[in-house]
Amino acid sequence: MATLHTVNKSPFATQTLLSCLGHAKAGDTVLMIEDGVYGAASNTGLADAMVGMGGAVTLAVLAPDLKARGIDEGRLLSGVKTVDYAGFVELAATHDRTQNWL
Amino acid sequence: MEDGVKKFLYVNRKAPYGTIYALESLEVVLIGAAFDQDVSLAFLDDGVFQLVKSQDTKDIGVKNFSPTFRALGDYEVTKLFVEKESLDERGLTADDLQEIMWEDEDEDYAEKPSIRIISRTEMADVMSDQDVILSF
Repeated sequence: MATLHTVNKSPFATQTLLSCLGHAKAGDTVLMIEDGVYGAASNTGLADAMVGMGGAVTLAVLAPDLKARGIDEGRLLSGVKTVDYAGFVELAATHDRTQNWL
Repeated sequence: MEDGVKKFLYVNRKAPYGTIYALESLEVVLIGAAFDQDVSLAFLDDGVFQLVKSQDTKDIGVKNFSPTFRALGDYEVTKLFVEKESLDERGLTADDLQEIMWEDEDEDYAEKPSIRIISRTEMADVMSDQDVILSF
């Protein structure tokens, strides 16, 4: 019974990503979209919190939003996977519910 | 699960008057109540500010919708989950929240509290137990 969580706000502007990570359960996927993709970069003040999820939660990021913002995939935290729009749909279809963290 | 009845969770994470989210959430809950679903409300992060008692919006020219939460019991919306960590972080306790009761018709209309204060871990469990999650 896994949940797909989406986060669309920059973690440097709001606590939304941290709150999401604090409520995600093992087996869930957290997908960063829109300004949320800034949370997927390495060498940020949030990197430790992200890595601290310890693999229990799958971290994913929407590639078109990364590309739009000039974030090279080589700069992502290790373990963060990129998905395209079809991959987003696939995630929605393979989880039991979607929770959008506004 | 009863036939056709789904578990709906409305997640409230915004303070009441700075944006329209909180009021819109309550409006949707009231509309949704007509559909006889299993409804719960979650209040976490700044959403806990929505339930603080003694709100008075006279001088800011917007409607004080906080009393409306006390009507939810009449619509069989009786589960208001409030996250303790979110209260703690904001210097609030259960005493700072308004009293919201519902009448249990199965127990001679005994009055019971709708607000249930739960931990972040329990909130995650509530979230993962839903069919549909609507966020505000």
